[in-house]
This record gives sequence, structure tokens and C-alpha cells, in this order.
Amino acid sequence: MHSTRYIITFTFILTLVSALLLSFLYFGTNERAELNEKIFNKRAVLAALANKLDKPVKKLSDQEVLDIFESQVDQFAIDMEGNNVSSAAIVERGYTGGLAEDIDMAKEKKKPVADQILPVFVYASGGSKYTIVSVRGNGLWDEIWGNIALDNDYNTVIGVSFDHAQETPGLGAEIKDNSSFPAQFRNKKIYASDNTYKSINVRKGGAKDLLHEVDAISGATVTSDGVSEMLFRGLKYYEPYFNKMKNS
Amino acid sequence: MADVAVKEPKVLKTSEPLFGKKERKLITDPLNDNNPITVQVLGVCSALAVTTLVYPSLIMAIAVIFVCAFSSLFTSLLRTYIPKQVRMIVQLVIIATLVTVVELTLKAFNYTVYKDLSVFIGLIITNCIVMGRLEAFAMANKPWKSFLDGIGNGAGYGLILILVALVREIFGKGTLFANSPFPIYLIGKDNETSSYIINTAAESGIGTFFSSYMNNNLLVLSSAAMFIIGIFIWIQRSRNTKLIDIS
Repeated sequence: MHSTRYIITFTFILTLVSALLLSFLYFGTNERAELNEKIFNKRAVLAALANKLDKPVKKLSDQEVLDIFESQVDQFAIDMEGNNVSSAAIVERGYTGGLAEDIDMAKEKKKPVADQILPVFVYASGGSKYTIVSVRGNGLWDEIWGNIALDNDYNTVIGVSFDHAQETPGLGAEIKDNSSFPAQFRNKKIYASDNTYKSINVRKGGAKDLLHEVDAISGATVTSDGVSEMLFRGLKYYEPYFNKMKNS
Repeated sequence: MADVAVKEPKVLKTSEPLFGKKERKLITDPLNDNNPITVQVLGVCSALAVTTLVYPSLIMAIAVIFVCAFSSLFTSLLRTYIPKQVRMIVQLVIIATLVTVVELTLKAFNYTVYKDLSVFIGLIITNCIVMGRLEAFAMANKPWKSFLDGIGNGAGYGLILILVALVREIFGKGTLFANSPFPIYLIGKDNETSSYIINTAAESGIGTFFSSYMNNNLLVLSSAAMFIIGIFIWIQRSRNTKLIDIS
């Protein structure tokens, strides 16, 4: 049997060595890890553009993703009235980068609706401009989120990309894993022909209204409904901005 | 825990071969006769969860081999100094440190797999195989042997992981090595360009037969791994005479 003092000294030294080792490793890799996370989020934004990109988003190298953001993407934040939010105001809210991509939608979602700010990405390619907006909602187990690319009419959907925190693989997780689910959103409209807001509904049993509905995922009713709700609420937040852009 | 595998500390010899018969057995034993998953039935939890795709399973296997081998090595090096009253906490500190090393490395160098495996990397800390080997072997054996034992058990776990993942990915999703940076599409659809239903032969490689594969959710859901592991145990027990005797 060892003395109490030995045990305390032993565990203290062991923990100290472990803590030192890990802190060095953390500071050594942190910069790279943060860059990886940024590229991951940028990829998610670009993924919404689907076939408007020169090549599929998964085939873009990390550098190419950064280059596209540098040269072709204009990003800014808007408030709930559709007015631009300055970079300084973004920093003030605790997003130190001051860019639209730095906005943490999870944090914004918890604030009162009127206080939220929203990111907007405008992708320019060969004379055309596509607007990508971000939405966030709830799935079955945890949050789900997505980016929606819209054509210059702020009505036609170019493509979408979804992601989730922990939906069930094979069921809810199919919103991300099964590329045929996001593919269904292509060329849907978010406004009806008389300009009333309709959003896009994920319908159980198959889409009936071909302009505003897509097929739900069998076995994942709650996640599918979550996507509908997220799109309806999330796109509505952008309505003032869309209207402003359409009238200008 | 892992009683089957406890070995008597052997009498010290003046010189031991680096790769003698006994050392080889430390690596080969856990692959079949004493497999951590199918014989000791340890570490099943993560085997159910991460085996939907082969590539993340491969990374998971490498991570477990690394953690198993080095935690055994360090525990064995410290075994005479570790106070018996707190030995499990000490083992846990060693395992947790190594797992965090894996997690930070993946985050910096393979972010997509880090995202895929998410919580299960952290859960290697509680993987019973690692702790089981430390308690049963590393605390009573020399560093080199413990290191080999760690590699062997990690590999035994990894082998089953990859076999299960192969079955689940091919028949569950109709793909192979999906999400990997080396795009080998032996079978199935190319997630990058086309949907599950529409696919071109050029993108999907040789497996045009599977190009319109619909997900088989029975295999995608984690309960399938339970059946598959069960079938592996059945096959192994009916072929391996050593196992028939002890059960």
C-alpha cells in the first residue's frame, strides 16, 4: 500500500504532464482546426449552388473553396427589416470575424426574432447572381440547418444543402446523406403565382403541388416536418430583404 | 472483465526474443481465438454505431489501435509506480489523454471524418476493450508485450468493425468507401454528382448493377450490426474448435 502523500503526488504529476501535453497539442493544431471548420461551413454554403458551380462541391479542393469565396462571393449580414448590418455591429454581437459566415445561427435562433441578424451570400458567375440564405430549425433529436440558393428573382430555388446535429442514420440523416433529397428542391418556387408567400413543403406520401412541395423521407416524419417548418419560418425572415431587392 | 485473457506473469528469462512465438501470439490471438468483440464481447457499443460506412470505421479502427497500444505501453511502464488504490483513475487519465490526442489530430488533419465519427472518438475513453486490456494485461506484463497486446486487441476490434461496415455499407447503402478522400466507387452511386435514382455508369465505376440502389434501412440502422456480429460469432464458433470447448 502506498501512502496518501505518494498517491497525491503521483496523480498530480501525471495530470500535470497530461495537461501540458494536451495544451501544447491544442495550440499547435488549433489554427488548422479552425481553418478546417471555416472551409467546412463555406463548402456547405457552396453546396447549395449545386450545378451552378463549375464542378461538384466535393471535388473542389480546400484552396479552391477559399478562392471562390475570395473572388466570387459577396457576403454581408442583414437585420429583420432587410437592412444591411455593418461589420462592426457583427463583431459587437460576439462574432469576432465580422463576416456573415461568422454568424452562429444557433445563437441567433435563441434570441427574440426582432433582434436576430441573418447572413446573406451572393455568388456571381458569368453575369448571373445567386443569393444563398441560411435557415435553422429542429429535427427529431437536435437541430437541423441548411443553405438555400435562390435565383435572381428571389423566388426560384437553385439548390439546397442540409446538415444536422444528430438525426438517425438512414432515416432523418438522409436529408444530408441522400443527395436525391436536396436535389428535389431544384426549380421549386417559394412564392405562388399571385406573389403570396408559400415556402416549400415536405409532404408525406409524395409531393402534389409540383412547384411548392417535395417528397418526404419515409420513416423520418419528424425530421421531414422539421425541414418544412424550418424553411417556412427561415425564408420568411428574409422576406423584407427579398422585397427590398426586388423593388430596387 | 476479460477473464479469458489473463495470463500468468512469466518467470523472467535473461533474454527474450523481440518477436518470439509468444509475442506473435499476442497479436494473432485477439484476431480470432480471443477476439475482443466476438469472443470477449467488449466494445460492442461503438461497433454498432460507427459501422454504417467503411471509411470512418477504418479511421476508428486505427484510432482504437493507437489508443490501445500506447495506453498499454504507458500503463505497463508505470505499472510498478501506480498506486493500487487509484489504478483505474490513472489508467483513465492515460486513455483520455491519448483519445484527446486522436481527437485534436483528426480535427486538424481530417475534419470530415472528425465530423462523421463525432462523439464516438471521445467515447473510445469508455471503450471496455482498452480498459479491459490495461487491467488484465498491461498491469502485469512488460512494456513491449503490453504494447503488442494493445495492437493485437485494437486490430481484433478493428477487423470486426471493418467486416461489419463492409456488409452494412454495400448492402445497406449500395456504396463502398463513400465519404473517403480517395474516391473509389467500386459499387453504387456517386454522391457528388447524381442522385440515388439517376446515375451514370462512368461515375459509378463497375457497379452499374447497383447504380439505382435503394437504401436498405434494416442494414443502415444500428440494430443490423447486432445481427451481423451475431452471425460472425455463430460462424466463428462453429469453425473454431477451441471456442466450442469453452462455451
